[in-house]
Amino acid sequence: MGKSKVNSLGLSREEYKGRPSTLCPGCGHDSISNQIISTTYEMGIEQHKILKMSGIGCSSKTPAYFLGRSHGFNALHGRMPSVVTGALMGNPSMKCIAVSGDGDSGSIGMGQFKHAIRRNIPFVYIIENNGVYGLTKGQFSATSDEGQELKYYGRNELPAIDLALEAIIAGATFVARSFSGDSKQVQSLLQAALRHQGTAVIDIISPCVSFNNDPKSNKSYDYGKAHQISLHDIQVVAQGYVEGKDEIVVAPEAFADGSIVNVEMHDGTTLRLKHLDRNHDPRNRSMAISVLEQSQREQLFITGLIYYEEPRPTLAQLGDVYDGALGTLPEHRVRPSQQTLNDVMAKFK
Amino acid sequence: MVLEAVPQPAIQPNATNGKIVNDFAFMVATKNGSGSQTSNNVLVKSLFNMGIPVNGKNLFPSNIKGLPTWYTIRVSKDGYTGRRATTEIAVVYNQDSAAEDIANLPVGGVCIIPADWKWGHSREDIIWYEVPVKEIMKKIDVSSDLSKRVENMTYVGVVAQLFNIPLDEIWKALLENFNGKEKPAKLNFEAVKLAYEFAQQNLVKQDNFWFEYDNQTTGKIMITGNEAGALGSIFGGVNVVAWYPITPSTSLVDGIFDYQHLRKDPETGKMTMVIVQAEDELSAIGMLVGAGFSGARAMTATSGPGISLMAEFTGLAYYAEIPCVIWDVTRMGPSTGLPTRTSQGDILFTHVLGHGDTRQICLLPANPEEAFEFGWRAFDIADMGQLPVFVMSDLDLGMNNWMSEPFKYPDEPIQRGKVLDAEQLAEFIKEHGKWGRYLDVDGDGITYRTLPGTDHPQSAYFARGTGHNEMAGYSERSDDWLKNMARLHKKLQTVRGFLPAPIKDYDASKKVAIISFGTNEPAIQEARDMLKKQGIETNYLRVRALPLCQDVTDFINSHDRIYIPENNYDGQLYQIICLDHPQDLTHLKSLPLGDGLPMTAQWLFDKIMAVEKK
Repeated sequence: MGKSKVNSLGLSREEYKGRPSTLCPGCGHDSISNQIISTTYEMGIEQHKILKMSGIGCSSKTPAYFLGRSHGFNALHGRMPSVVTGALMGNPSMKCIAVSGDGDSGSIGMGQFKHAIRRNIPFVYIIENNGVYGLTKGQFSATSDEGQELKYYGRNELPAIDLALEAIIAGATFVARSFSGDSKQVQSLLQAALRHQGTAVIDIISPCVSFNNDPKSNKSYDYGKAHQISLHDIQVVAQGYVEGKDEIVVAPEAFADGSIVNVEMHDGTTLRLKHLDRNHDPRNRSMAISVLEQSQREQLFITGLIYYEEPRPTLAQLGDVYDGALGTLPEHRVRPSQQTLNDVMAKFK
Repeated sequence: MVLEAVPQPAIQPNATNGKIVNDFAFMVATKNGSGSQTSNNVLVKSLFNMGIPVNGKNLFPSNIKGLPTWYTIRVSKDGYTGRRATTEIAVVYNQDSAAEDIANLPVGGVCIIPADWKWGHSREDIIWYEVPVKEIMKKIDVSSDLSKRVENMTYVGVVAQLFNIPLDEIWKALLENFNGKEKPAKLNFEAVKLAYEFAQQNLVKQDNFWFEYDNQTTGKIMITGNEAGALGSIFGGVNVVAWYPITPSTSLVDGIFDYQHLRKDPETGKMTMVIVQAEDELSAIGMLVGAGFSGARAMTATSGPGISLMAEFTGLAYYAEIPCVIWDVTRMGPSTGLPTRTSQGDILFTHVLGHGDTRQICLLPANPEEAFEFGWRAFDIADMGQLPVFVMSDLDLGMNNWMSEPFKYPDEPIQRGKVLDAEQLAEFIKEHGKWGRYLDVDGDGITYRTLPGTDHPQSAYFARGTGHNEMAGYSERSDDWLKNMARLHKKLQTVRGFLPAPIKDYDASKKVAIISFGTNEPAIQEARDMLKKQGIETNYLRVRALPLCQDVTDFINSHDRIYIPENNYDGQLYQIICLDHPQDLTHLKSLPLGDGLPMTAQWLFDKIMAVEKK
């Protein structure tokens, strides 16, 4: 990237980076970090308005590697969703990109994963899903495919939990699956997710080069590249978009033929989806569920925007909460008066 | 009461006129969920309104409906508000516990009981007043579902007539109880009146117990510690309340619900606080940590089992230095324990909560005034110290009605501690060359933080529970680790200065002393008076915060014998004192109770006398 190239804020892509990654060279997670950097850079996002959150695990280390000017919190294993919930209640004006893994969300944190979704906390919930525990050196995770084999632990006989399906069932209004090897798709999904006013779940299959990258493994690079079935090409068209300007990743002419579904988002953005496979309409809940069930049953690697619906009010909206940093409000706006206390005391006399 | 079998001394009427005025206790035995809480509250409030020092304690089962429940009401002309084991009068309205309730009455005691029960006159050495509950209820036009609840008002009427509570006091208390709604007040009052009239016409007073107007409650309020804590939080500027329901803390959050309307932003009309019911305590405390990181004031209310679940997160908050406030309205453990019985059994565990080396800040309120004050002050301490603050209340304080002075308005402005906004950060960097989240430039162990949303290119940092250096960078270096721990230790020294000091009653001539904390206070004060009458004068120190401070050490060093009564089985405050004072402390005597009930003066008096009279 040339130094001269800057985004709408006059910042270079370099300035959206974090510290150097300490993950294994070739890790799928690093590629996702790069897509986050590219997407936020190209969208011209102000970094101080972003929170980076994570739980514990390889995936959860990555917020250190992108958006160096954003506050971040590497919380506890499986508990990122509650920390996000609190952070966004404490300051509902922030945007949040959170990173989790299949162990973090599918096992220890399944409860928090589903409850954050149920509350419609507005954040991008990325699951860097490699089907294996990396930091503890290669145990099966709850998303390991049935029949998967690992060097030390043998064969997994248990069915996999599909986190995209769990998200829909929990009431998620934006659910996608992608592949860390498909940077274009990851970027378009991130662009859309960052505009969503609710929990946007992106389950990204992200190969673990150290413990789960055997070409036979369903979560390996080779497997992903050979078997990915992309439901559609995605073009994110912002409200008031003028062609030829702004933040387009895929040129509109790519949609010259084939059927197109236009998904109108809450903020006026349109997602233009050009069908590549099975005429999937993400606005159809039962279609979304059956696509995921089929992919689970037949072990198909289907990616794209699986499900979208008009978001419910967020938790902060339901509580009619002040849209800013609550902790910086001056005293007279958060502490009732002496007279108020006197009035309350009179009731107890 | 079947809760305990205390030998009851026979009643000794006053020598002068035989009357016992405003100095006795009575107990109401009913079935849980039968609506007797209204009757009991009305009695307590009537007595309070009559100016009589009164205290009501609810001893209830972990059950919604049906199991036996007891309510004890003590009036004391001397102003003692501790529970008394002896109750001279029993309202026996529950057949299931009647046998034992009657058996536990002292000789000369009084039993008020429905007339059609077989228990009548099963003892000859007590006084019986039988109430034709069914007949009275027949005269009232009330639906069958309400009838059982209103039935309890019959004992209110009989008690009022026998012991002299004017009917208009009952009416006033009823109206207060129903928030001024006349319809339910009238329905209940009808039962009271009919029972009162029955007693007037049919019962011959054989006992010597009398209520008489006094003026000792003028200006005072009657409130539970949980309501006080809720109000303290509201006036402390709480922004995020995240919680999971658990007895006996639930009414604290209910109280916040009741008063959250006070927290509408006067400028935008938006709410400056939000309450989130979490899926469990792990999530509740996680929300606090997230909110605290955002700069918001966050609190939860829970009890022992919830504290257990919060261990990992409070360790993170301690180490990542995130402020938050956790109320532990303590119930009896270990495990699920006795969910509806009081205890002080969480302080040792909470004080060191988290794996590794942690010392958590604990505030120890003893009464509603302190519950209110610590309610707001806890946020200041948490923000100034950038750490979790635990407020260790208990079921007795939290759920029972206490007489109290009206609460004092916070005497200090809100303290947000060392927070840098973009401008202040720029100045900081100019002055110090750099800013690091854990860089201690003041030498007090407390570093400066920035909040998410701060528009400055160097404001960001990555908070973490893993090892970190001054610049908040990941570090596994031993020197970084030790340096950080040393700073945290120094910070704790600084934070000690923010904590409420112990309350001391000290006279250098006295060599025997009591150290305790929390709701043992009324029993201790009464026991000290009892001891004084026996020639044993005591000093007293009530600890109000952990970690302990120098005052406690000085107090320990200036006595020959110190008793440490507390309401847990293991003597946990005693253990904490020993932990902090490795020298020889053989002059400390642990007096642990831990029977699930509020401490009584008699118990403490007996314990101390057993040693002092040797």
